[in-house]
Amino acid sequence: MSDRGRILHPPRRVMPILEVAGLTMRFGGLTAVSAVGFAAGRGEITALIGPNGAGKTTLFNCITGFYRPSEGVIRLHKPDTEPVELQRLAGHRIARAGVARTFQNIRLFAGMTALENLLIAQHVTLMAATGWGIGAVLGLSRYPAAERAAVERAKRWLMATNLMDRADDPAGALPYGAQRRLEIARAMCTEPALLCLDEPAAGLNPRESDELARLLLDIRAQGTSILLIEHDMGVVMRISDRVVVLDHGVLIADGVPAAVRADKKVIAAYLGEDEDSVPA
Amino acid sequence: MSASDRGGPQARDVNRPRPSSRLQLALKDALVATAVAAALFVPLVALRTDIGAGGGLALRFRWKEAAILCGLVFLGRLALVLWTGRRGLRPSTAPGPWTDRLQQAGRLAAPAFLAVALVLPAIPGIDRYELDLGILVLTYVMLGWGLNIVVGLAGLLDLGYVAFYAVGAYSYALLAQYFGLSFWICLPLAGIFAAFWGILLGFPVLRLRGDYLAIVTLAFGEIIRVVLINWASFTGGPNGITGIPRPSFFGLPFSMAGGEGTFAGFFGLEPSVSHRVIFLYYLILGLALLTNWVTIRLRRQPLGRAWEALREDEIACRALGINVTTTKLSAFALGAMFGGFAGAFFATRQAFISPESFTFIESAIILAIVVLGGLGSQIGVAVAALVLIGGFEVFRGLEEWRMLVFGGAMVVIMVLRPRGLVGTRTPSIALGKKRTISGDLVGEGR
Repeated sequence: MSDRGRILHPPRRVMPILEVAGLTMRFGGLTAVSAVGFAAGRGEITALIGPNGAGKTTLFNCITGFYRPSEGVIRLHKPDTEPVELQRLAGHRIARAGVARTFQNIRLFAGMTALENLLIAQHVTLMAATGWGIGAVLGLSRYPAAERAAVERAKRWLMATNLMDRADDPAGALPYGAQRRLEIARAMCTEPALLCLDEPAAGLNPRESDELARLLLDIRAQGTSILLIEHDMGVVMRISDRVVVLDHGVLIADGVPAAVRADKKVIAAYLGEDEDSVPA
Repeated sequence: MSASDRGGPQARDVNRPRPSSRLQLALKDALVATAVAAALFVPLVALRTDIGAGGGLALRFRWKEAAILCGLVFLGRLALVLWTGRRGLRPSTAPGPWTDRLQQAGRLAAPAFLAVALVLPAIPGIDRYELDLGILVLTYVMLGWGLNIVVGLAGLLDLGYVAFYAVGAYSYALLAQYFGLSFWICLPLAGIFAAFWGILLGFPVLRLRGDYLAIVTLAFGEIIRVVLINWASFTGGPNGITGIPRPSFFGLPFSMAGGEGTFAGFFGLEPSVSHRVIFLYYLILGLALLTNWVTIRLRRQPLGRAWEALREDEIACRALGINVTTTKLSAFALGAMFGGFAGAFFATRQAFISPESFTFIESAIILAIVVLGGLGSQIGVAVAALVLIGGFEVFRGLEEWRMLVFGGAMVVIMVLRPRGLVGTRTPSIALGKKRTISGDLVGEGR
C-alpha cells in the first residue's frame, strides 16, 4: 500500500505502547503543556516535534516521571501485561516499568568507564541477583553469573553502537557523538519497552546522524518502540512512522510524516504565520 | 616546570624571557609576596599584648621577628620563581609522580603497608607508645574508610560523622553499664545502633545536597553531643562514663593478677600490660581491614557502582531505575555502622568516654583525612591518616608550632593536589586492562 493511501484513511490501528490523554502541565500560572493527547504505536518510531518552547521536553519529563503532570493520564501498554499508569509511579519505578530515556544535555556518569555506565543501567537486575548486596559481599550468591550476563549484554550494545574499542575509557573522555551513542546504549541496557530520546541528533554531523538513524531503525527492528524529540527534520522524516507536533503546549498535528509535512498549521508554526493563512 | 620549559627547542628560544627580565619578574613577584606577608605578619607577629606591670594590657613590639619572617618569604618566593618560573607550581589532578608510584605500585604498596601493620608488635624497638600510636592511627584509618563510603563513593558531604562514632561508643558503654553485656555482643549492636541513626539522619536530608547537606549533618553531630551532655541521668552528662569493661580474649580477661581464668594464666605467660595493648592493636587492625574489605567488595558490585553513579549524576540514576532513596540510605547506614564499630572500640580501649571526645573537630579531622587522601581512594585515605595522625604525634616536639606545620602541609597539598593524594579513580571492572581515570572527569558529589 502506498503512503498516499494511508494518509487518506483514518489513523492505522496499531496497538499503542504509550497512550497520553488530556495531559496538562502547569508551572504556577504558566501552562507549558495543555490537554495533549496522542498514542505512540507499538514497534513504531514516534517523533515529537515543534518549535523551541513548544513544551516537548516538558511532555517528555512528564512521561519519564521527572515532572508530575497537573492533569491527565499516561498509560504504558506493555505486551501481555496490564496497562500501567505512569503518572502514579515514583520516578525510578517508571524506568523499571519499561520506559528508558536519554537527556538533551548528555548525562553520562563521566568519571566511570563506558562499560561501567552500561552495568549501572542493569542495576535493578544485578541488585536482585546480589541478594541485597549482602550475599555478594560474602561471595555466596548467584551474582558472578548475573554479572557475566550483564557484561555480555553491555558488550552487545557496545558493539551495536560501535563503541567496543572505547569500553574501558571514561565516558567523559569520549567524543561528543560517541557520548550520544553511549547514552542510547545505556538506556537500551535497561531493556525498555519504550525508549524516549531527547534530541539524539543534536550536535551530530551528517554522517553521525545517518549512523544514528540506522541505529534507531535497528532498535525498532528488535522490538523496542521509540519516542523521540528531534529538530533534525531529515532524520525525523526518514525514520518516523508517526509524527506528533506541539506548538505553545498544544497538539497541532498528529499523523504520518508526509501528512504532517504538508500540514498548514505545522508550516505556520515553524515558519511564522502568514497574515492570510491565519485561521478564522 | 614553566610553560616555556615544556616547548621544543625553538619555542624555548622564543618564549624564554631573557635572564635580566626573568630576574626582574622574580623580584617583582617576590616583592608582592612580601607585601602580602607584611600585611599578615605586622598585626599577627609584630604587635603583641602582654599583661603589664600594673595588671593592664601593654603593647609590645616585635619588629625583628616580623622582619625575619618577611625576609624569609621574600627569599623563598624569589628562589621559587627563579627556579621554576612564575607559573611553576600548578594544581594538578592528573596522576602525579607519587600517585603513579602509589597506584601503579599499589599492588606492592598496599601489601607492604599491610605486612608492616601485621608484624608491628613484633618489630624490635616497638614499645607501648608506638603501639598506642598505631592503635590511634588505625582508628582514624577505619573512620576515614567508613566516611569514605559516604563522602568518597556516594558523594554526600557529611560533616557530622563523629555522631556515629559517639553513638557506637555510648552504645557499648551504656549496654555494658546497664545490662552488663560483653564487648563482643555489644560490638555488632553498636554498629547496628549507629546504622540506625545513620538512616534516621539520612531520611530528612535525602533531598538536600552540597552545602545544605553539610550544614544539616553538622547540626546532627552537634545535637548528638549536646544530648549526651544534657541527659545527665542516663549518659552521665559531662562527667562521661567510667569503668567501661575492657575486651576479653574469647572470654579470657587481660588481668595483671595472672590467675587461672585470665589470658596470661591460660597461656602460661607472664602477666603483662602489653598483652592487652597488642590485643587492642590487632582488634582495631581487624576492624579496619573489615571496613576496607567490605568497601572494596561493594565497589565492584551493583550497590557500590550505584553509589558512585549517584555521586556522578543523581538524575541519570533515577532515569535508569535506581532507587535513589535506598541507595543513599544504604551509604549513610553502612558508613555509620563502621563509625559505630570504631566508637565501640574507642570506648573499650579508653575505658572512659565523655562528650568531650566527640566534638566537631573530630569530624573535621576525619573529613580532612578523606579529602587529603583523595575521595574514594582506600590507599590514599590510609596514607593520609598515617601522615595526619602519625605526623601530628611525631611533631609533638614542636609544641604549639606543630599546628602551623600541619596547616602549612595541608595548604601545600591542597594547592598542588586539589583532589587529594590519590586524585584518580580506578574502574571497578574492565574488559581489558584497568586504566586509572583522571580526577578531572570524576564527580565530587554535591
